[in-house]
Amino acid sequence: MSNETKGHKGDILLEMKDIVIDGYSDDRWHEIVKGVDITLRRGEVMGLIGESGAGKSTLGLAAMGFARPGCRLTSGSIMFDGIDLMKASAEERRALRGSRIAYVAQSAAASFNPAHQLIEQTVESTVRKGIKPEEEAKSDARKLYRDLQLPNPDHIGDRYPHQVSGGQLQRVMTAMAMSPRPDLIIFDEPTTALDVTTQVEVLASMRRIVEQYNTAAIYITHDLAVVAQMADVIKVLRYGETIEDADTRSMLSDPKKEYTKSLWSVRSIEKPEDESEDVILKVDHVDASYTGSAKVLDDITIEVPRGHTVAIVGESGSGKSTAARAITGLLPPSKGQILFNGKALPPTLKERGVDQLQKIQMIYQMADTAMNPRHTVRDIIGRPLEFYLGLRGRERDQRLLELVEMIELDESFIDRLPAELSGGQKQRICIARALAADPELIICDEVTSALDQIVQKGILELLLRLQKELNLTYIFITHDIATVKAISDQIVVMLEGRVVEQGMKSEILAPPYPDYTKLLLSSVPEMDPDWLTGLLEEREREGSTTA
Amino acid sequence: MSNQDDITPSNEAELADQGLGHAPDALGDQGYSAAGEVTLIKARRTFLENVWRGLKSAPPTAIFGLTVITIYIFFALFAPLLAPHGEAEIFDLSYAPWGEEYMFGTDQLGRDILSRLIYGARNTVGIAFVTTLFAFIIGGGLGITAAINNNGWLDNLLSRSVDVLMAIPSLIFALILLSMFGANTLNLIIIIAILDSTRVFRIARAVSLNVVVMDYVEAARLRGEKLFWILYREILPNIMPPLVAEFGLRFCFVFLTIAALSFLGVGIQPPTADWGSMVRETAGLIQFAEYDLTAAMTPMLPAAAIALLTVAVNFVVDWFLHKSSGLKD
Repeated sequence: MSNETKGHKGDILLEMKDIVIDGYSDDRWHEIVKGVDITLRRGEVMGLIGESGAGKSTLGLAAMGFARPGCRLTSGSIMFDGIDLMKASAEERRALRGSRIAYVAQSAAASFNPAHQLIEQTVESTVRKGIKPEEEAKSDARKLYRDLQLPNPDHIGDRYPHQVSGGQLQRVMTAMAMSPRPDLIIFDEPTTALDVTTQVEVLASMRRIVEQYNTAAIYITHDLAVVAQMADVIKVLRYGETIEDADTRSMLSDPKKEYTKSLWSVRSIEKPEDESEDVILKVDHVDASYTGSAKVLDDITIEVPRGHTVAIVGESGSGKSTAARAITGLLPPSKGQILFNGKALPPTLKERGVDQLQKIQMIYQMADTAMNPRHTVRDIIGRPLEFYLGLRGRERDQRLLELVEMIELDESFIDRLPAELSGGQKQRICIARALAADPELIICDEVTSALDQIVQKGILELLLRLQKELNLTYIFITHDIATVKAISDQIVVMLEGRVVEQGMKSEILAPPYPDYTKLLLSSVPEMDPDWLTGLLEEREREGSTTA
Repeated sequence: MSNQDDITPSNEAELADQGLGHAPDALGDQGYSAAGEVTLIKARRTFLENVWRGLKSAPPTAIFGLTVITIYIFFALFAPLLAPHGEAEIFDLSYAPWGEEYMFGTDQLGRDILSRLIYGARNTVGIAFVTTLFAFIIGGGLGITAAINNNGWLDNLLSRSVDVLMAIPSLIFALILLSMFGANTLNLIIIIAILDSTRVFRIARAVSLNVVVMDYVEAARLRGEKLFWILYREILPNIMPPLVAEFGLRFCFVFLTIAALSFLGVGIQPPTADWGSMVRETAGLIQFAEYDLTAAMTPMLPAAAIALLTVAVNFVVDWFLHKSSGLKD
């Protein structure tokens, strides 16, 4: 099946030695990647894993001899199949890209041209580089669509990017990368933007096609469980340096470095669940819609016990964030009511009094956009202190310092701007802002999903500690089952605007499951290189028995 | 590139690493620490230090523009000290040639041209500045308000009213209004400010729309903040760079409009010295070019003063826009 002109499996295809890459910011150059080596053989899949800012995407692009604007390849050597990419001219490097090296970007939706049909874009570089004539390339593209298990493979290419789903688009992009039959594909977080249930399908088809055509690949991700399914070897990066290098199985079974172990640290938090009768918030048969047409929430009833955590889980579009908007008053319900401490809350934000607003606080997914970039930490946390509690001057600064220490930061952070904080620190400041209001209920909307594992763990532990100390109640919106296990007492599963299942954590996370809950739970990647294979086999078995 | 003090690593131990580097103790035997996470901290600088850093990297065109603007401001502020004669002082000799006594001659009434040029800096530039400022307060305030009220009735009312105002050619509209209400300085400022605020409204609304959707604005609303706080504290600081650039460009347009209106006789009224009307008053001299070149140059002087300032402001705005857009060469 493999192409005979492509050499033998096991030959070295890409060899990067002592790569140093600089990035430009605040008027000077900084080293982003500090002397990393990569050796990739034909037909081998290497996983590059690390937190944001580890330099993994920069390194992935460097494998194509490319540096983003504002970055430069400072030193090192990149040999791709006998060609020295550091010495090659721009012309020569361009000739390689899109023919022998291909790239699959994180956001497929942003990478396709909305004005052209998918198949035109799939074969564009293959045809332009003269690898295949157009008709041949197109029929090959349809074959690739079939290999990638896209629905209706003969005609899906006639559609435009907005007419297919995100998961399908990501697979079309894989077909595009595969079309010229490259020697090397670089996958840059290709499934990060997808729901867990979609992610499984995309991973399965990517893995199959890479194996089928014996293509070498570099798979970049921050999720070790995902990379475990894809890669033969794994390289762990941190701050631009290699932490650990090993083949997948030995990495998972016997990680050598403390840091590598921390990559699955969220999974180690355990919270004993706890029942309670004291209901602080009740969402009572609520319907809501955005423009009066389709219901986004359909007869939702959720009870939240005081001092406990209710996790709302579901994929994107299931209405879990909309439920939060209805509770906060941003989206008035069209039917039903919301009871807080036994009293009905006015439906809209305007009708609610300051004391009602004060008791329910919100923490957002993207701490970056949740804080005004022009306000210092002092302004951000100080404002609710002034606004709700009327604290001024020394009193305010005193409380400010207490809050900052409560979230495990110190005085030195008070005069910083958000841009001067790391992702985890930003989220902590957002937590402090919510705490400053002295709330009873905090709604956490995917607060950890943009963060690296070890930082997630820190934030979750902080939230649990605060809950105990301050008797806080959380509504925790998430799609990550590991987080749910770590923090919740009760779970609400949502699908298409309805509550599918709700109850105590132990009930929901134990069989028997309703179909959807089962799909959701089984789609979460596990730290086991055989997980995907096993899952696919199991689903196939079930499919054949029910068919 | 070599400024060592530009960046302060969050961790003392990292000084050797220069900025983004290891935080070996963020994860170690003591476990994870939030405060130990590595971040890039900009050095604390005073406003003046920031200005100086900006100037050092400014291109020659911007330096030229800034120099010219500074000279204009200097003349405008110290006009009575710098001008050899009074603003409206009339001498016996009208249309005096260039020379010792009257450096650029006198005009039709016998007023010293040089003195009037210097006072003109104060009047023309000052009035244009005040007008632009008003235009920004009106247009900016309403524009951000409209953006907060995105697609509500207030937004629609304001936006459609602005469309109507913009549909009428502004110079003609200004002429009509000035004839209706009388051509004095106050009316001039109010009318031009309102007409120009429509353009400011458009840009302020457009840039605010990108900010209004941010979570921090929603957070402020959830907190129960009033409109003024959201407008002034949450949105305005984030749209300042495009607004400041627009201020420069708008100032040029206002300045030219006022000069044009003065040239047409409905702008700044005599005896107040003003470059636009000076061009008109001495325009006739241009036909004597074959007899006396310097005399023919006289109307060119106020015209050149207008042109030079416009060019200078544009140079500075270009540089500022380039800087604030974050483009790298």
